[in-house]
Amino acid sequence: MRKDRYSIFSLARNAVSYHQDWSEAWRSPEPAPSYDVIVVGGGGHGLATAYYLAAEHNVGRIAVLEKGWIGGGNTGRNTTIVRSNYLWDEAAHLYEKSLKIWEGLSQELNFNVMFSQRGVMNLGHTLQDMRDIYRRSNANRLNGIDSEILTPAEIKAKVPAMNVSSEARYPVLGASFQPRGGVARHDAVAWGFARAADARGVDIIQNCEVTGIRREKGAVCGVETSRGYISAKKVAVVVAGHASVLADMAELRLPVESHPLQALVSEPLKPVLDTVIMSNAVHGYVSQSDKGELVIGAGIDAYTGYGQRGSFSIIEGNVAAIVELFPIFSRVRMLRQWGGIVDVCPDACPIISKTPVSGLYFNCGWGTGGFKATPGSGWVFAHTVARDEPHELNAAFDLDRFTTGALIDEHGAAGVAH
Amino acid sequence: MLQIECPWCGARDQEEFQYGGEAHIVRPENPDSLTDAHWADYLFNRTNVKGVHAEQWCHAAGCRRWFNVLRDTMSYKILAAYRPGEQPPGSEE
Ligand SMILES: Cc1cc2nc3c(=O)[nH]c(=O)nc-3n(C[C@H](O)[C@H](O)[C@H](O)COP(=O)(O)OP(=O)(O)OC[C@H]3O[C@@H](n4cnc5c(N)ncnc54)[C@H](O)[C@@H]3O)c2cc1C
Ligand SMILES: [Zn+2]
Repeated sequence: MRKDRYSIFSLARNAVSYHQDWSEAWRSPEPAPSYDVIVVGGGGHGLATAYYLAAEHNVGRIAVLEKGWIGGGNTGRNTTIVRSNYLWDEAAHLYEKSLKIWEGLSQELNFNVMFSQRGVMNLGHTLQDMRDIYRRSNANRLNGIDSEILTPAEIKAKVPAMNVSSEARYPVLGASFQPRGGVARHDAVAWGFARAADARGVDIIQNCEVTGIRREKGAVCGVETSRGYISAKKVAVVVAGHASVLADMAELRLPVESHPLQALVSEPLKPVLDTVIMSNAVHGYVSQSDKGELVIGAGIDAYTGYGQRGSFSIIEGNVAAIVELFPIFSRVRMLRQWGGIVDVCPDACPIISKTPVSGLYFNCGWGTGGFKATPGSGWVFAHTVARDEPHELNAAFDLDRFTTGALIDEHGAAGVAH
Repeated sequence: MLQIECPWCGARDQEEFQYGGEAHIVRPENPDSLTDAHWADYLFNRTNVKGVHAEQWCHAAGCRRWFNVLRDTMSYKILAAYRPGEQPPGSEE
């Protein structure tokens, strides 16, 4: 099961054989009749959960069941912005844990996830925006999270292509800047966790859709799948936009609604933007990929949907705002546009929790902003599943908060935020 | 892009409408006697169905009236539109 280590030497060795002899990155085993833990959903979060279960907890046999291909959901559809500058303590601590893992992730997984700390800039266009930015930035610093405030002149120096003139339709009054934020390669995150989990014995089973959750006396005992029944002592569900569908299989109701969220990329350009720009007020965010494409994200459609596509009007408004900010982009041609289904909670914070069904765990509600949390989410969820109790970092993200009223209102705090 | 049939004005572009979430959620009759769990269910839990969804829309840039729509959340196809107080077409009552 031990894989070849990726290194400069293995690269050179394989170059000699024209890269025909690389060993497979993970196996594709037939499902076993039973497992100790089944993780439902082979997105980044599910694969990270399986990896940390195998690497840090002694839980026995683990499988990841994915209905399509790994990383084919939101993991492979997002704009890959990574940051931890959240307002409330609970969220800030969780996302900062994740950011710390990102900083060593390529080494830990022996897989280049192309994590690039090029900084993330959140623009303010109104006085109220700026007040909120100061408040959030101060809160971040109190939590030990890097945050700077930039003036329009400082923004212009960093991003010459941006129109910061006071004549602009959305005048830029300032920004917060998190230097340790950035972007990562989305596919590589799924593949890296999959390969590392597989090396520790996790069975990654693709084209295997969970269609039912079997229970006995209030405890989970297995899952029905498109490839037959598989029994399990514990079932950990991490299916993003399909959380409500899986909850329904166990007769649970969730405070989650699934919405389409869209993104688009341009033709490749010469380097023009070396940081990440986000604007909550105009609902747009943009960065430039290593290939040179502008990666642009839009807002969600107000209606619920599972169709992995959204309305054209959303894209139109989004692109209009980006072009106002960057007039230089006005004649760039867009190459591709797509949608994902994001699972939104009323307080824009995730649910990482036990459920009323013993042995059944849910990790969902990451909505428009869970990519950045992939390693941290897997890490705390593995702890929650293995110990049957939350880690202190995710205790506040219990399903119970909707009953007690202890919501973590990042929605009000962050506006759109990805 | 959706084309939505306002029960009063007829078919119009989606841009004229505002979405109002799941329909037929009835405010509990005796709020004083509700448990926290019941409140949570009423306030926050949603069916979020993958399939035919009964939902509210407001013709915000038109007659400004609220109404209900049955829409398939996979194909986004709108199956019916009906006025508040009416039962969804095809239901038993
Ligand atoms: C357009 C867009 C832009 C975004 N931009 C950002 C961003 O810049 N920064 C950021 O932090 N976040 C962003 N996000 C959010 C982020 O992508 C998600 O929060 C995150 O990727 C969720 O990861 P996941 O592994 O939980 O979900 P997914 O990757 O969606 O994985 C869930 C998996 O479960 C599988 N599944 C579903 N049902 C079943 C079943 N019945 N049986 C078996 N498997 C099943 C699915 O096929 C899927 O592969 C964006 C999302 C979108 C759509
Ligand atoms: Zn009308």
